[in-house]
Amino acid sequence: MDEIVISAGDTAWVLASSALVLLMTPGLAFFYGGMVRAKSALNMMMMSMVALGVVSVLWVIYGYQLTFGYEANSQWYGAFSLSGLGDVVNELANNGGVYPIPLLVFAAFQLMFAVITPALISGAIADRAKFVSWGIFVAIWVTVVYFPVAHWVFAFGNKEGDTVTGAGFLAARGVQDFAGGTAVHINAGAAALALAIVLGRRIGWQKSPMRPHSLPLVLLGAGLLWFGWFGFNAGSALGANATAGLAFINTQVAAAGALLGWILTEKIRDGHPTTLGAASGAVAGLVAITPACAFVAPWAAVVIGFIAGVVCALAVGLKYKLGYDDALDVVGVHLVGGIIGSIAIGFFGSSAVNSLGLNGLFYGGGTELLVKQTLGVVLVMAYSFVATLIIGFAIEKTIGFRVANEEELIGVDQTEHAESAYELGGILKGGR
Amino acid sequence: MKLITAIIKPGKFDEVKSALRSAGVKGMTVSEVSGVGRQGGHVEVYRGAEFPIDLIQKVRLEILTEDKDVDAIINLIVKTASTGSIGDGKVWTTSVDNVVRVRTGETGETAI
Repeated sequence: MDEIVISAGDTAWVLASSALVLLMTPGLAFFYGGMVRAKSALNMMMMSMVALGVVSVLWVIYGYQLTFGYEANSQWYGAFSLSGLGDVVNELANNGGVYPIPLLVFAAFQLMFAVITPALISGAIADRAKFVSWGIFVAIWVTVVYFPVAHWVFAFGNKEGDTVTGAGFLAARGVQDFAGGTAVHINAGAAALALAIVLGRRIGWQKSPMRPHSLPLVLLGAGLLWFGWFGFNAGSALGANATAGLAFINTQVAAAGALLGWILTEKIRDGHPTTLGAASGAVAGLVAITPACAFVAPWAAVVIGFIAGVVCALAVGLKYKLGYDDALDVVGVHLVGGIIGSIAIGFFGSSAVNSLGLNGLFYGGGTELLVKQTLGVVLVMAYSFVATLIIGFAIEKTIGFRVANEEELIGVDQTEHAESAYELGGILKGGR
Repeated sequence: MKLITAIIKPGKFDEVKSALRSAGVKGMTVSEVSGVGRQGGHVEVYRGAEFPIDLIQKVRLEILTEDKDVDAIINLIVKTASTGSIGDGKVWTTSVDNVVRVRTGETGETAI
């Protein structure tokens, strides 16, 4: 076999993309932090920040190997290895074939996905979670849910000649998920539903107003997420190439379509297009295009985005009818958006735009791809929901997951962190 | 001596303050307050969910004055703060027994 040399261009792009995806987690902290009341803004942001700490450390110790290791040759998990990534320093990335980038660059890029996925869940349990319990939940959840599920979806196995070892269950079956519609968004969305059930409703939910305390922060967060998402989607090409370009433009236009879809829905239904709607719409579109970004034409990305914007805007109201307090609509945006995007590939997928893609129903590909996509959606959703429910109840029954009622009323910033988000120097606050 | 208290719309505050200054009123105390009256609250919508906001922001003016100026000041506030729509606010007076100027120790009307 010819020696494959490292491509400077590809490596540079994946390194830059890794940093872009990293920025999404602090961006998410702003997006979520602005949406809660001022008394729990810091706790909301800290739930994202601690994911950066916990998951990064676990990733080096065993997470990468459990996700992308192939030695066990299992469809369901990677490999158990505690080498701390010390034995792969000089290797190239091999994921269904060799890429001309160092394995550690691929590992760094994939780490950022592992970080943001549990952080996404935190929006469901705003204002009422014990911080230490959340940190423990993150460690258990990525180990039992994210690492294996990412293996099912993202691990195409180690390819030597014509032999592939250790490919994931869904990846091996041709279920298409370019950047994480199932592994990241459906996974986080289903887990969010489970945790909202475990922790229960906030005191005063649906009775007292729980207004976002800072919509400018929400908009800042949405902007950082949008920016970082170019790394998330276009970086998933693992190279500076035409696929990355397709994913890039599709990311932009899907977010745009969804932003318009959401605020149009609001204008028609409520009379006013809102700031929160524009921010939420953009994120819903980004979620929906994530699995599809390299498999559909740009016009289809606009359609997928617009559908996601409208449907997610309608879906977020369902929690009031169904009675679960998913505080920041992780289910309505990430689960619903992820399903729309993953299923949409079955309709809009086109092998003309990506030779690795398959034709969906609208391109004469029949229902085969649609069936595969549905399999991926259902399997990830069911596993994540059930496993998270078990982990969540186990934590609730042992160390407790929800704070005491009086702590919730005082606010978790003060009781969990001994801080307050805003000190504006008033005379009564000791500021003068 | 009287204490005039006026609750007015925040958007009318600058106009009322200027009018009072022009009319020779030398001092006032101003605070931002929230409350509810006949106007009721308003509704805000977040992700399609309606939240009734029942306390509305208003500005409270407090003015100490001699008895002879009370009617003129009240009329000026009412005339300036009125928009004719619900929620314009209220003005009332309370009797004041004594006033002391902290710097000089003067009392009564000379301290106003």
